[in-house]
Amino acid sequence: MITPEQRAEFRKHFRYNVGRRLVLDKIVKCIVFICVIVAIVPLISILVNVFSNGAAALTWNFLTQVPGAVGSDDPGGIGPAIQGTLVLIGLSSLIGVPIGVMGGIFLSEYGNNRFGRTVRFFNDVLAEFPTIVIGVFAFVLIVLTVGNFSVWAGSFALSIVMLPIIMRTTEESLKLVPVTYREAGYALGIRRYRVVFTIVLSSARSGLVTGILLAVARIAGETAPLVFTILGSSQFISDLNGPVDALPLRIWRLSSLPYDSAVTQGWGAAFILIIMVLSINIGVRYIFLRNKEKTFIKFKKLGAVS
Amino acid sequence: MMETVTKTPTKENSTEDIKYKLIAENISASYDGIVTVKNVSMKFRDRAVTALIGPSGCGKTTFLRCLNRMHELTKNATLTGKVLLDGEDLYSNKVDPIINRRKIGMVFQKPNPFPTMSIYDNVACGLRLNGVKDKKILDEVVEGCLKMASLWNEVKGDLKKPGMSLSGGQQQRLCIARALAIQPEVLLMDEPASALDPIATQKIEEMIQELKKEYTIIIVTHNMQQATRVSDYTGFMYLGDLIEFGETKQIFENPRNEITAKYVQGQFG
Amino acid sequence: MVDPLISNLMSTRDIMMTIKMKKGSPHIDKIFKYVAIGAATYVLAIIAMIVFNLVTGSAQVWQQEGISFLTGSDWNSVEGRESYGAFPYIMGTIVNAGIAMLIAVPLSFGIAMFLSELSPKIMRTPLAMIVELLAAVPSVVYGLWGLLVFRTYIQDWIETPLHNLFGDQSIIFAGTPFGLDILTASVVLAIMIIPTIASISKEIMLAVPNSQREAAYMLGATKWEAFRLAVLPYSKSGLIGATILGLGRAVGETMAVTMLIGNATGAAAIPTSLFQPGQTMASIMANEFAEASSGGLHLAALVGIGLILFVMAFAINVVAHLLVAKVVKSHEGAVLA
Repeated sequence: MITPEQRAEFRKHFRYNVGRRLVLDKIVKCIVFICVIVAIVPLISILVNVFSNGAAALTWNFLTQVPGAVGSDDPGGIGPAIQGTLVLIGLSSLIGVPIGVMGGIFLSEYGNNRFGRTVRFFNDVLAEFPTIVIGVFAFVLIVLTVGNFSVWAGSFALSIVMLPIIMRTTEESLKLVPVTYREAGYALGIRRYRVVFTIVLSSARSGLVTGILLAVARIAGETAPLVFTILGSSQFISDLNGPVDALPLRIWRLSSLPYDSAVTQGWGAAFILIIMVLSINIGVRYIFLRNKEKTFIKFKKLGAVS
Repeated sequence: MMETVTKTPTKENSTEDIKYKLIAENISASYDGIVTVKNVSMKFRDRAVTALIGPSGCGKTTFLRCLNRMHELTKNATLTGKVLLDGEDLYSNKVDPIINRRKIGMVFQKPNPFPTMSIYDNVACGLRLNGVKDKKILDEVVEGCLKMASLWNEVKGDLKKPGMSLSGGQQQRLCIARALAIQPEVLLMDEPASALDPIATQKIEEMIQELKKEYTIIIVTHNMQQATRVSDYTGFMYLGDLIEFGETKQIFENPRNEITAKYVQGQFG
Repeated sequence: MVDPLISNLMSTRDIMMTIKMKKGSPHIDKIFKYVAIGAATYVLAIIAMIVFNLVTGSAQVWQQEGISFLTGSDWNSVEGRESYGAFPYIMGTIVNAGIAMLIAVPLSFGIAMFLSELSPKIMRTPLAMIVELLAAVPSVVYGLWGLLVFRTYIQDWIETPLHNLFGDQSIIFAGTPFGLDILTASVVLAIMIIPTIASISKEIMLAVPNSQREAAYMLGATKWEAFRLAVLPYSKSGLIGATILGLGRAVGETMAVTMLIGNATGAAAIPTSLFQPGQTMASIMANEFAEASSGGLHLAALVGIGLILFVMAFAINVVAHLLVAKVVKSHEGAVLA
């Protein structure tokens, strides 16, 4: 026990240093605030530059024409790149979405076992793979085997990028559907697949759509896998087995050209790309903020929303 | 809406020179736009246990958290009123809350030892924070506080073990020792036994009786038997109002307010 | 997530009405399950195929160069004198990612601390959103911005003064600042991984129960002391996991680095000075691919670098995910009854 005399003795040893501690507290708060400012400045600089320089490049011809010859007076447009990006997104979604959603269904409905945990783990690892490695893989597997760069090879590479994102977001969305819904279905004697398709998927559809949209936003800006698979082109697509252009690839090519017109076009292409990517991201967030959804927070923890 | 009968403990033959350690004046508090405490004034006597009882959601925990400026850490919290500790206003702009929080220890509803620290460090961290460096003093205080929290005999052999290795009741007593270590003058307890089994509860109640000899203790509880066992004074709160405040015996045996009577008789809760 | 409309309205009766009572064949149930298993297996198959294709695609260079592919610094694709050593690019990747981490980790933790502990509630959501939008900006746009905007700033305001101050004698500030070098690439890379580390760290800090902070405040702690006492130890391993995830991204980041690092090859790419052009594994692959795509030893060398990068990134991510998984487990244990 501590006697009052001891207590008085103890109290003498307290050196509260309140002033010093409060100053330290203020210093830390300042440093932390500066960190935030430092992180925001680049975003503002990027947005200001892309919007002001990019808007200057925007004309109807820029959006619809094929690129002019390098260094010529008429720089042409980025029509094939816009078309290519849209086609690539469409085709990779065609491959990636069904497999991703089915994989997510597996993880949520049948994945509570060793195999499920293995798949989940490797899926998480795959989500963080350097995308250039995926590009090299698609190159070796498809381009080298078939013999030419193609829309298909690019779509295949991008589908691998989107697959893990869709799988995990699907799993998390499905897991949030209350078990009672499923039980209600089973109690009526409905088969499991019908329960999943009609009850679970329809209850989880906004989460599903979000996951897919975020995956699309992600692959829209991916460049590294495309370098190895689609080659780039200055023509509109005529054949899915032929080379194709894409916005991020075009930006990269333009940035390495020494002409002012190329720089302007590069900003213009970046403007289109960033509008696509950010509008999807902001749109999805707006919907979720309005509904105060829990899933979104879960997605963020998974790093799917980056 | 409610007629507040008494706001200071009424005691037969009360003398004028009763020492009040802590005085709350016209405390109103809200969070997230919901007013949970409505203009409550109370005076707490030194070296006595005051219990706050009332049904869930009556504002007793919020009120307790106002007493050491913990409430303002809650999201969207607002607060008006004064809290005087030895006549000094805790809410005056001149005083930083950290200066007074250390004079008012607090024990929370759920035991919350720091999970990464050892038993010893859990008790000693508050001392280190407040500038005690002398190892001998640290040892003495840790031992003394663990003894006061009647935990010493159970843990003296393994002070280096993580605090999380203890049972729930032991963790709560560890938290009490941690609160005592900074040598506070007032001890606030927010349903300290609600998560514990009867034996652990009994230990804590015995300890409160022991601590009362030196501290001003304010305990929130929804267990009326506990209030009768440990407290000298009891305040009954209902829907944010302090309905009745008086000696525990009087509140439970001879309540002056109808609602208090119904509550202590168990007609609602 | 449950559509609020559905969660409110969907009762057993509604379910009955939305589903035709046709029960379906038991075979379809089995088929459905196998299709789902198939989709999950596809992920494992893809990873196995990545390994297989990288190994076969690079077999030629391993046969030719052996271990010196890892340790050598020669890089010559002229026919007849072909020689490939990936050492400079491995070093380049490590240095580039290392500098980026040195910049990004403290800043990210600061941002995470601000968002989880200090920020007023009104600011928290928009700020968190801005940080997340930073992560959504495509790599190639960072590269373009770095090339056309940031480069001149860093050259004029940071590199030139540092160079003038320390001169050519100091190793790490030697060489005339040109703006397209290891420092620029590392700083832009840092800007790119800050949002990743910051937003994961923020979630981890927010997951620390408030009762922990309150315990610290009760002892008379200031905000910073409460953070140091209650939040930091509790979230330590999670923060390490977030850092390693950031490292994984830094190692594999391609486009922005390719556009900014200056693209040295061979022994010249071994990083010594911050103001020297460098090369990372990812950037050499992107840069030289066009010349090498017809096949041969050059291509095998690039695929071989892909394999090294794969192994590195794989190891980093496995560690990160195991750590994060461990954190989740230990936190479950730490949550009190």
